[in-house]
Amino acid sequence: MPRTIIDKIWERHLVASPGAAPALLYIDLHLVHEVTSPQAFEGLRRRGLRVRRPERTFAVADHAIPTTPLADPIADPVAARQVSQLEANCREFGIPCYGRGHERQGIVHVAGPELGLTRPGTTIVCGDSHTATHGAFGALAFGIGTSEVEMVLATQCLLQRRPRTCRIRVDGALAPGVSAKDLVLAIIAKLGVNGGTGFVFEYAGAAVRSLSMEGRMTLCNMSIEAGARAGLVAPDDTTFAWLHGRPFAPSGAAWDAALRRWRELASDPDAAFDREASLSADGLAPMITFGTNPAMAVAIDGSVPDPGGVSDEGDRQALRRALEYMAIEAGKPLLGQRLDVVFVGSCTNGRLEDLREAARLLRGRRVHPGVRMLVVPGSRAVRAAAEAEGLNRVFLDAGAEWREPGCSMCIAMNGDELKPGQRAISTSNRNFEGRQGPGSRTMLASPATAAACAVAGVVADPRRFA
Amino acid sequence: MTRAQASGGGGRRASGRVVRVEGPAVALPRDNIDTDQIIPARFLKTTTREGLGAHLFAGWRPCILDEPAARGARILVAGRNFGCGSSREHAPWALLDFGFGAVVAGSFADIFRQNALKNGLLPVALPEPEHAQVLALTVSQPGVGLEVDLERQLLSWPSGACPFSIDPFARECLLQGVDEIGYVLRQEKAIEEYEARQPASER
Repeated sequence: MPRTIIDKIWERHLVASPGAAPALLYIDLHLVHEVTSPQAFEGLRRRGLRVRRPERTFAVADHAIPTTPLADPIADPVAARQVSQLEANCREFGIPCYGRGHERQGIVHVAGPELGLTRPGTTIVCGDSHTATHGAFGALAFGIGTSEVEMVLATQCLLQRRPRTCRIRVDGALAPGVSAKDLVLAIIAKLGVNGGTGFVFEYAGAAVRSLSMEGRMTLCNMSIEAGARAGLVAPDDTTFAWLHGRPFAPSGAAWDAALRRWRELASDPDAAFDREASLSADGLAPMITFGTNPAMAVAIDGSVPDPGGVSDEGDRQALRRALEYMAIEAGKPLLGQRLDVVFVGSCTNGRLEDLREAARLLRGRRVHPGVRMLVVPGSRAVRAAAEAEGLNRVFLDAGAEWREPGCSMCIAMNGDELKPGQRAISTSNRNFEGRQGPGSRTMLASPATAAACAVAGVVADPRRFA
Repeated sequence: MTRAQASGGGGRRASGRVVRVEGPAVALPRDNIDTDQIIPARFLKTTTREGLGAHLFAGWRPCILDEPAARGARILVAGRNFGCGSSREHAPWALLDFGFGAVVAGSFADIFRQNALKNGLLPVALPEPEHAQVLALTVSQPGVGLEVDLERQLLSWPSGACPFSIDPFARECLLQGVDEIGYVLRQEKAIEEYEARQPASER
């Protein structure tokens, strides 16, 4: 029977699938960070358990660490305690830990792939909903809660119900200045914030095939914003070329053997999905959000929707409330909307390609005097590579801040936050009320759009900054 | 009356069973209530499960949760797609710590539902129009008494009742007080056999 890539990975990882109980699924790679793990380690201690496979477990500090110079201590004592507890837990349980300042440190979903830990056909979990990022390599990767973190630490397995499958086919080609971020915002706007609940997505089609690995990571990263725990792209030569030679990637004969297996992963031609969706990349404009969930997005040259035109009562109220929260008027164009801060970074758009794209627009230009712009690389490796190309000079010369790697203003728990009422153009993944600090207002967009907005001092179309 | 034994103010069920949750209900009549609303990220720097109830819906306070009708509230009624967003288990911990034992909604986000079940917080997804009916009732009568009977899979209000579906395995674990990690640890032999079957390059 023809199978999807999701079926193939699922079936390959079944330890047991008893009738009525959930399947016992083997987990190849467990990524850990400081925020969602302390209570799990405490649980192990209480039970007197060890980490079953510490060599399949890797930890980084990313959410709570400051992005100020490394010489400065962590000013927030609560954050400092959480980070030092991660390091102590990893020492106690024998897990590699890449803490603040370590050359392999980075946002967990940036560091994992660049170290070659993320591999096609594997199961990957992390106590973080953006774990879907790793699906870009053809892995089944999803976020879990702390109880499940404890479960995986203790058993290397999870109890899971088989997910339903949904193929999202994107044909056509993205225009210059339009990126994977714009594509995923368009997909979420089409499906809605719960359109993918209960599903794993496979992204397919010519426009997906032609994305770089960085673009595929951006795409898979935001699967959860449509409600899907995981999204993936079948691996191909782009994937293999990106992985080859990474520190933890197989080498020599093991690489050749792995390649043979990886080439078998793609969905069989006649495989049936539980659901199919499609859209065209042709004519897609840069996208921007205007509201308080990631599905509230429109083309940047469009206008703010009018709640009066929404038929569902709940949706109409939500839209009205969102516009009020964002202090944005129905019917007005997005272009020209005021802003205070521009944030380039996060596990969605904090990779080298993203920084190059932002720098391309900033080169020879200045950040508008009324705007604060933060550029936060996704990892130390990204930071070093960007500096080797001189991107840091472009950002600094333009008047932007060039900071140390971390989750930073995406989740705003490390001191990098907006002031109440401020509005940001952010390359991150969530625009929920208060996401970037109490009273913060977030508009999600691509790195190119963010840079264009920084220069213009208002919402601007990156296609006009060629 | 059998109260849910949701670990006295702590969050996680220690070994207690959950059979029934009953008591006053309050409503937050919105769809897509995300985990950043339930417990904002700035409160996630804690290394324990306790004390998060004080920060529940911090960005929306003061609200219905601060009114007399919410005193002793056991059940929260909300719109559709409750708990979307992040995987933070701090969301169910905060709800439990505040005193809630169940959330009634039109639907739930996947990770939130998993996290809730693992902590003995009952996610009760009602079909329409019953969901809209219970939501309207709780909005108009804050503190109205509701009962979630897990054994019969039935939500009752003073003038009616509606069956709900829930994962049968999770239900059984809650009713019997089964520890899921213990359950998986007992399958060690199957896990070892699985690992032994893998090619050396993948171990």
